[in-house]
Amino acid sequence: MANFVKGHFLITILATIAGLFVYFFLHLERSWEIVLVVGLAVLTMVVSRRKNLIARAQETCLQKPKFSISVFFVAAVAIIFALRSEHFALLMLTTVLLYITVCFGLTAQFGFVGLVNFAGIAFFGIGAYTTAVLYQYAAIPDFLIILASGLVAAVIGSILILPILRTKGHYAALITIAFGVLFRTFLEVNDTLGGPQGLKVDGISVFGLSFNENINLGLLGTGSSYVTYSILALVLCLVTFVFVRRMENSWVGLNMDMVRHDEIAAASFGIHPPSWKILAFTLGNFFAGLAGSIYASMSGFIAPASFNFADSLVLVSIVLLGGLGNVFSVIPAAFLVVVLPEKLQLIQEYRLLIFGIVVILILRFKPSGIMPRGARRYYPSLGVKK
Amino acid sequence: MSLLSVDRLTVSFGGLRALDEFSFSLSEGDFVGLIGPNGSGKTTFFNALTGIYKPQFGSVSVDGNDVTKASPQAMYEVGVTRTFQRLRLVPSLSVFDNLIVGSQRGLNTNLWWNIFKRAGLRKKVDEELSRCSDLLSQFNPRLVGTLLSPVSTLSMIDRRRIEVCRALISQPRILLLDEPSAGMTHEETRMLMEDLLTWKERSPSLAIVLIEHEMGVIDRVTNRCVVLNYGKKIAEGEYQIVSQDPLVKTAYLGEE
Repeated sequence: MANFVKGHFLITILATIAGLFVYFFLHLERSWEIVLVVGLAVLTMVVSRRKNLIARAQETCLQKPKFSISVFFVAAVAIIFALRSEHFALLMLTTVLLYITVCFGLTAQFGFVGLVNFAGIAFFGIGAYTTAVLYQYAAIPDFLIILASGLVAAVIGSILILPILRTKGHYAALITIAFGVLFRTFLEVNDTLGGPQGLKVDGISVFGLSFNENINLGLLGTGSSYVTYSILALVLCLVTFVFVRRMENSWVGLNMDMVRHDEIAAASFGIHPPSWKILAFTLGNFFAGLAGSIYASMSGFIAPASFNFADSLVLVSIVLLGGLGNVFSVIPAAFLVVVLPEKLQLIQEYRLLIFGIVVILILRFKPSGIMPRGARRYYPSLGVKK
Repeated sequence: MSLLSVDRLTVSFGGLRALDEFSFSLSEGDFVGLIGPNGSGKTTFFNALTGIYKPQFGSVSVDGNDVTKASPQAMYEVGVTRTFQRLRLVPSLSVFDNLIVGSQRGLNTNLWWNIFKRAGLRKKVDEELSRCSDLLSQFNPRLVGTLLSPVSTLSMIDRRRIEVCRALISQPRILLLDEPSAGMTHEETRMLMEDLLTWKERSPSLAIVLIEHEMGVIDRVTNRCVVLNYGKKIAEGEYQIVSQDPLVKTAYLGEE
């Protein structure tokens, strides 16, 4: 009983600490304050790693997944409410949450079946453009528009998978790069889709509640319009997280790992590698499409320039930086990669340069990333000594 | 009717005939040694049999059903499983993960089921865990404790054992062992063979084909052996008789 309570207590403390860090990271604006927060976070990580606290905390959370997820969800909602009147901070938070969602999909593709997708932002863009077009030409409920955007991304992805399945390794990566570049060029020359000027997108509205207007939060006063979007993004992120984690901790995840490591051994034991590649690729692009749809509604305007090949590289670098295949690791990595350059004006110009260096350093000195992937846990108490 | 029959199977790579009109048959319970110098086509035969290479000519049938151009997956379905000369385990995955892949036929890999029927999955995992422990304890009790550790923490001989167990857990009818003693000492090879023979006593209908370079092992465990040279079968029969064959001696030792 005491242990039981202790576990819950520990998880709550963890969520509080993480929540405070994220809050200050988003809230503070001066460069030296940001450096201080990041420094403090790194210091906390290093000290707790020394004392083996990280592994223990991770273990505790893994044993109580439902409780941990609820607590972290509450912490995230608390952050959103605390930032309720700060447009820019919420915009960033929502963007990070959407990027995290895309990266969960990339983890399924790259981390599980081993298909590197350098067109992540293209599928995000397909979702965004589908949303813009549907708002203009079709009168269907908003949530169906989001769903349809995911589906369109998935369907276009399932056409792209055909040449990918016929190639191996680097060549498959080249195909995705080509697609990513092609996507942007196509948008720029296509007048129906607004050409280089892009398209205007209507905001989501549910039951008369327009997501693009400031909302009344009762006792908390008026909240920024981004409050609703960040909560929507949070829910999407959470659902994707649970989905990908469950997939990892199941026979599906096992088969995907076998396909990544050794297609010949996999085939010799009845596994059909192409089906798993198709599944992972389609799912990943579906998630990217969903995230893109919410992004489009939130921005109110989309243009080809928002979907650069460089952004795809950023997505892949988040996955690599965190720890390939580790679903959790995407979260801190995305915060660092997306928010830090925005906050530190100093490095913004050199953003890609710095990413390049960091990714090279990570690949050279810690190829498994900042949070390497753990063992598969088919259910929470697997392997726990009673 | 024999369990497996191979008729004039031919596999060529460009101008090279790696396997040249090779005929072979296997009945339930057989333990056959496949020997021959390096490059004589032994592994090619296994690869052709398990659908990794597509033969240019000839036929393969299991229980009288033609499986000549069958995919690796289809060969697994009819009960042909194998080990590899260079281990093909995944070192970063646990012993359980590696073993359970062999059990593929019995796993529900439907996405919906795996995501939403977690209670069912949990029950199945527990069942499979105990099945794996049973298998490991029959094979070598010491291995049971390693079930949830990564394969990379095991010694070479234990990895070989795990690979053999992965093939066995699929309850094969034909087991193909591709030089399981590679990289092991004489003593380790002897132990592995002992494990295999113990297993064979328990499931007498299993047919095994063993590729092996240590003739002592072939002599001791197999009841028949087939000699390959340049992709052709040059002799077949009991080891004691085959080993006296002048053609076999020439193939192994060169012309006098």
